Amino acid sequence: MLSMAVAIALPVLVIAGSLLGGFSPVWQHLLETVLSDYIVNSLLLMLGVGTGTLVLGVGGAWLTAMCEFPGRRWFNWALLLPMAIPAYIIAYTYTGMLDYAGPVQSALRDWFGWSYGDYYFPRIRTLGGAICMLSLVLYPYVYLLTRVAFLEQSTAVLEASRNLGRTAWQTFFSVALPMARPAIVAGVSLALMEALADYGTVDYFGVSTFTTGIFRTWYGLGELQTAAQLAAFLLLFVFVLFVLEQRSRRGMRFHHSAPSPVARRIILRGWRGWLACGVALSVLAAGFLLPAARLGGWALERAQHTDLDAFLQLTAASFGLALTAALCCLVCALLLGYGKRLHPGPGERFAVRLSSMGYAVPGTVIAVGVLIPFAWIDNRLDGFMRAQFDFSTGLLLSGSLAALVFAYVVRFLAVSLQSVESGLTRIRPGIDESARSLGYAPLGVLRRIHLPMLRGSLATALLLVFVDVLKELPTTLILRPFNFNTLAVRAHELASDERLADAALPALAIVVIGLLPVLLMLRTSGPREAAMVAGGRSGHA
Amino acid sequence: MHSLLELSEVSVRYGPVLAVDAVSMRLERGQIGCLLGPSGCGKTTLLRAIAGFEPLSAGRILLAGAGIGSARMQVPPEQRRVGMVFQDYALFPHLNVWRNIAFGLNRLPRAQREQRVAGMLALVELQAHASAYPHELSGGQQQRVALARALAPAPEILLLDEPFSNLDSELREQLAAEVRELLQRSGVTAILVTHDQHEAFAMADQIALMRQGRIVQSDTAHNLYHHPVSEFVAQFIGQGSVVSLSADDSGQPGGAMGLVGGARWPAGETRRVLLRPDAVQYDPASSLRLTVTGRAFRGSHWLYQLQLPDGQRVACMAPCDLHAGSGDTLPVRCVLDAARVFARAPTDVDRP
Repeated sequence: MLSMAVAIALPVLVIAGSLLGGFSPVWQHLLETVLSDYIVNSLLLMLGVGTGTLVLGVGGAWLTAMCEFPGRRWFNWALLLPMAIPAYIIAYTYTGMLDYAGPVQSALRDWFGWSYGDYYFPRIRTLGGAICMLSLVLYPYVYLLTRVAFLEQSTAVLEASRNLGRTAWQTFFSVALPMARPAIVAGVSLALMEALADYGTVDYFGVSTFTTGIFRTWYGLGELQTAAQLAAFLLLFVFVLFVLEQRSRRGMRFHHSAPSPVARRIILRGWRGWLACGVALSVLAAGFLLPAARLGGWALERAQHTDLDAFLQLTAASFGLALTAALCCLVCALLLGYGKRLHPGPGERFAVRLSSMGYAVPGTVIAVGVLIPFAWIDNRLDGFMRAQFDFSTGLLLSGSLAALVFAYVVRFLAVSLQSVESGLTRIRPGIDESARSLGYAPLGVLRRIHLPMLRGSLATALLLVFVDVLKELPTTLILRPFNFNTLAVRAHELASDERLADAALPALAIVVIGLLPVLLMLRTSGPREAAMVAGGRSGHA
Repeated sequence: MHSLLELSEVSVRYGPVLAVDAVSMRLERGQIGCLLGPSGCGKTTLLRAIAGFEPLSAGRILLAGAGIGSARMQVPPEQRRVGMVFQDYALFPHLNVWRNIAFGLNRLPRAQREQRVAGMLALVELQAHASAYPHELSGGQQQRVALARALAPAPEILLLDEPFSNLDSELREQLAAEVRELLQRSGVTAILVTHDQHEAFAMADQIALMRQGRIVQSDTAHNLYHHPVSEFVAQFIGQGSVVSLSADDSGQPGGAMGLVGGARWPAGETRRVLLRPDAVQYDPASSLRLTVTGRAFRGSHWLYQLQLPDGQRVACMAPCDLHAGSGDTLPVRCVLDAARVFARAPTDVDRP
């Protein structure tokens, strides 16, 4: 079990270990030219996305959890919808809408009789644009966790504050918000991890960050070792966020006060209510409705030029890959989860923690971390075969689907592990014991008790990983076999070639599939479970 | 001269339900009052209405002579100068003990605030825990923090909502007495809400027994026990049972069954009579023998359940060296001298 965990942690360890190796002369070049850009842009991106998700997420959570306004019940779940859209897809969509030739600027020119250069229009393909795009699709992490925190706050605590002389507004800022702070920090940390992991958006907008830098170093300069070292620096950033998130989650336990059934909402009457409704609606429109409508429009426009067979083939390949990865994750998660349950020792706990590390690590980093050991094995094997049998095996492993699936398992195992573990903890040990005392052997207990009780968790684990793999871009770009395409890769390629309308169909397919986990979140009974699903991180990148 | 707190005809309505129904009551400065009653009787709702968390549908509330609530005018809770100790204490989990207590003092200058918090910490003897967080404290300590926090801004009146319900039952009465002592020492006027009569007896000068949104009887503990105004009060407070007795030819209630003493009424008439366990006394010389239907050991005595000849049950306190099992008979004297007599037949309102 521990060996499996070590294998899964291997790519991250390889990356961390790369710092111990020699630094190539390329570093001199990087230091002089682009490294400061990478650092500054990544920091600015984090600052911007942190602020953006904080404002949108906490604001939305406060409105839907603490206030009453027209459409509030509907916005409760609708504000989660932007989660379904990967950041790179919303980036293409907005570029199409807001670029010089796009409908917005064209309309402005028509109305005012302007021509090129007559007017100022904010350019979307900039760092600022990337911040807006990422904030729009990542705020649901903050929204979800903060909303749960608000809903679980005891009304008595809020009343105690009123009783001690604070007004409703003062109470919000001095009690409700500080009590939700661990949840807010956890949500923002998750959003920032996603922002750091993003490759598609910043690449498309031409913003130099660590992820694009790693790509360029590997593809442009052919320096795998240097790319790994860059990835290690990125990992340092991630590590800080990871620690922050873990500590906050621990803090959430203490800040959890007994919830009371009668939550008193602030009733926003008249224009205030409609203002709240308008704010929520514009966030939803910007984060989901407009981009989804634009994608749908493009897909319809190009309907007769679309090669449906090719699209179906592409979809089948993507689905097959995603399903394989999801099943592999599930098997590993079950082994680890059961191992920990049957022998709950420090070794098993460590193994589980080690294998769930990947969720914090950007796909780019994992891809490079997989590539290095696999390429090493390939080279050794190739050399051996050529020496012994005068026969070249070439890139047997590193260019294979197996390497890709392995990378997915490393990255997404935590997601399925979380579902499986939460399912297993629901089966209290007393249930096992009573089944045993009623005459069932361990296998019988598994079949008659555990599997029926776990069915929901297993389905959740499969679905979440399936969708994550489908959306995942950078890992697939780096590790895919030659000429192997997925929906995400195809959408990215077409958009990068400025064929935005053609990219719409695969992008739309990803968005539709991406809606599934959101719907699942709505179906799960309590906000706690929903937060758990979100905590399992769904990989935009 | 106004009382410190005056409620006149206060009603609180939840949709169709009248949770508090035209309640009037007064509390003088320095007194400790209690709202006692079974769950759902409206006692907590009334307390929350005084604190400003429930709007009144009728009536008005005066605190120190000033109107703080009526159906038309509601002073917001933060402006009422009413302190409250919540049932689950509602301590702020993100603030330590010191900051919890200082929370209501944000308008005081820093030096005064620190002095006040230190004073409060000393009052509840938690100086050693000033920097602890609520989750690090025991239940009793949390309750003291809640008390200190509510008292710190020197409210006109302190409201306590079931303050002992989260504590072990052995601790409750002792703590209630301690809290009473603390409140009296600081000259605080307070209202306690509870469903536990022993808590009420241990803390309150005046107890208002509530039922279905109304105050049934507002009195001292002694009068509630010995002079209940209705069968409901009699059954809720203390032990004993209410039995129907008819007078014999001499006018002696229950005379046919060998009962003696007490008020007399016209022969043949049936009235309801409260018999406390001390009215039924074990007496080996008595010719009245009642059948034992059950008993419970109470340490200092046995509490027996006995059956009157007509089948009604009464309770009897008997010395603890007396041993009689179910089905045995016990010689007793039933003395009605102190017994409370109610109306002829139980009315609906009187049934608990």
